[in-house]
Amino acid sequence: MIEFYMAPLVGVFFTVAVYLILSRAVIQMLLGITILGNGVNLLIFTLGRITREVPPIVPPGLKQPLQDIANPLPQALILTAIVIGFALFTFLLILGYRAYQELDADDTNKMRVAEPSGPGKPPLSY
Amino acid sequence: MAYDNAAKAEVELPVAMLDTPTSVADWSIIFPVVIALMAGALLAMVRHSRGSQFGFSLISVMAIIAIEAELFYRVLVTGPVAMTMGNWLPPFGISFVADVLSVGFALASAVVTLLVLIYFRAEIVPRETRHGFYPLVMLLLAGVTGAFMTGDLFNLYVWFEVMLIASFGLLIIGGKKIQLDGAVKYGFLNFLATTFFLAGLGYLYGLLGTLNMADIALVAPAAEPAAMTAIAALFFLAFAMKAAAFPVNAWLPASYHTPDAAVSALFGGLLTKVGAYALLRVLIVLLPEQRDIFDPLITAIAIATLITAPLGAIAQTNLRRALGFLVIGGIGAILAGIAVPSVRGLAGGAFYAFHAILTMSAFYLVAGLVERVTQETDTRRMGGVYAYNSLISILFLVLVFAAAGLPPFLGFWPKLLLTEAALQDSDWWLAAAILINSILTTIAGTRLWAHIFWRNGREGKKSEIRNDRLRPLSGLENGYALGATLALVLLVVVIGLRPNLVFDSTRAAAGDLLQVENYIGAVGLESSSAGEQTTGVAR
Repeated sequence: MIEFYMAPLVGVFFTVAVYLILSRAVIQMLLGITILGNGVNLLIFTLGRITREVPPIVPPGLKQPLQDIANPLPQALILTAIVIGFALFTFLLILGYRAYQELDADDTNKMRVAEPSGPGKPPLSY
Repeated sequence: MAYDNAAKAEVELPVAMLDTPTSVADWSIIFPVVIALMAGALLAMVRHSRGSQFGFSLISVMAIIAIEAELFYRVLVTGPVAMTMGNWLPPFGISFVADVLSVGFALASAVVTLLVLIYFRAEIVPRETRHGFYPLVMLLLAGVTGAFMTGDLFNLYVWFEVMLIASFGLLIIGGKKIQLDGAVKYGFLNFLATTFFLAGLGYLYGLLGTLNMADIALVAPAAEPAAMTAIAALFFLAFAMKAAAFPVNAWLPASYHTPDAAVSALFGGLLTKVGAYALLRVLIVLLPEQRDIFDPLITAIAIATLITAPLGAIAQTNLRRALGFLVIGGIGAILAGIAVPSVRGLAGGAFYAFHAILTMSAFYLVAGLVERVTQETDTRRMGGVYAYNSLISILFLVLVFAAAGLPPFLGFWPKLLLTEAALQDSDWWLAAAILINSILTTIAGTRLWAHIFWRNGREGKKSEIRNDRLRPLSGLENGYALGATLALVLLVVVIGLRPNLVFDSTRAAAGDLLQVENYIGAVGLESSSAGEQTTGVAR
């Protein structure tokens, strides 16, 4: 019955993540995205059915386990997602730091190199 | 599940395993991805030896093209083929499925990658080789090919991330300020999109207990419709973000113009098309009932994308940013195909995606040449290139017409199919939007052309005085960059004049998309035993 507690927890993760991602500060967006990723991992974990079974290990000499086993697939999925998410997180962290050094801004509103805010008018000739 | 111990000892091989070895022909489904990954790994190891990088990556991509061309003709004759990894029976092992749609897109992507590699020969500086340009391109190609070929939804997520990480690297290689700025926006929004996709996957797995696409197509109709609709909505949002459909596309014009032109070409050709392909696969093959529910929404988004994108291009002064908006317009046309899922509409959408892979890459390559000649990125400070280098101006104009869809160029045929399909479906607004998109794209493109090529000098009072800031292309640029661009534009023109093969294959691809049984049969599942064959989630 732990699912009933997990579901609101995932909800809290998502709420916090959305709040942080909507921020303009890069570092807060980064934290938000990490929390969102963890929320999704918890979500997969919960949806993979949480059961109190033995680990999915086949005893020696047998072809199948003796009793009901826990579902190993969600863990495999989450492990993949954690590894990928961590790699992307580290990349974005360094990217954010480099952007902070180069552009002198932690505020996305002030990052206007690629999208200059000055020239509003389209080309007027022709 | 109380098994008798004695009975268990006599159990033979588990039923989950295949006992026949995979044939060599089936292996060729996975070879393109394997070659790209291996080449990427190898090139990353020897990235300090600059001499070998170019030749080796070129040979790898050529091998990939050869295998995919053979595979393409095979699936054109026999229909979809599949292989499942590790001899597991289909719903358990990860399947790779080759059908006309996936192999066709993969083939076009590999061809574009080959030409971009040649083009980049003229741009590259030693630092970029050392920082791993070539391995990143190979990994990007691996991610794109894997995303096209995979028959497993979680595996699709993994390929998305492979592609994303490689594209991050390519986007910031060189480390200019503008690249960092673009990469922040590109990185966050794309990461967010894949996280939405992952959340959708979690729900889907919890509900159906399977991640194999063929298996999902089998069991999805029986699942709780309300929950499936929510899942489809998450997928739709995630893939629309990836594909840069109208309200969620802010990352594309913020980032695609920041890296080198060759990298822009690779991105503009390949990345958004993977999102569009995933939309086709998931909404048409896996969840067609949910697509029917979203039909008005998809139509509205297609119309909005078709109209707003070329308007953005008209308002832009930066050349490659304007092209970014034209890329988005193409996504609107592909969405129009998903909005009218008849054979004709889907064939039009698939044809348009194929056309966009080639045309938009060529467009960015030409834009790179223009930037080399003018040494500017802003069209207001360009001018007079027509008299200076008329070949580039012809290439640019051909691509404007191809992108807008004027006959007899390549973009005309898919738009013809799409308009016909929309009229057949009585989607008057959609048909009108496709036509308006053509007109607006023509206006945007010819305005760019007039500014860059036709006008004598820069914008302002002195616009009739000859632009003296132009410089000739170097021998390297003429050979590699102009040569590769010429080859790609020639390909666009030739296929535009002889579109029969693409017509036939996109029609076959649309047929495969609608005949889900072919896909399921190719993977090796059957409708009758579907109930038992799903993975071991307690229902």
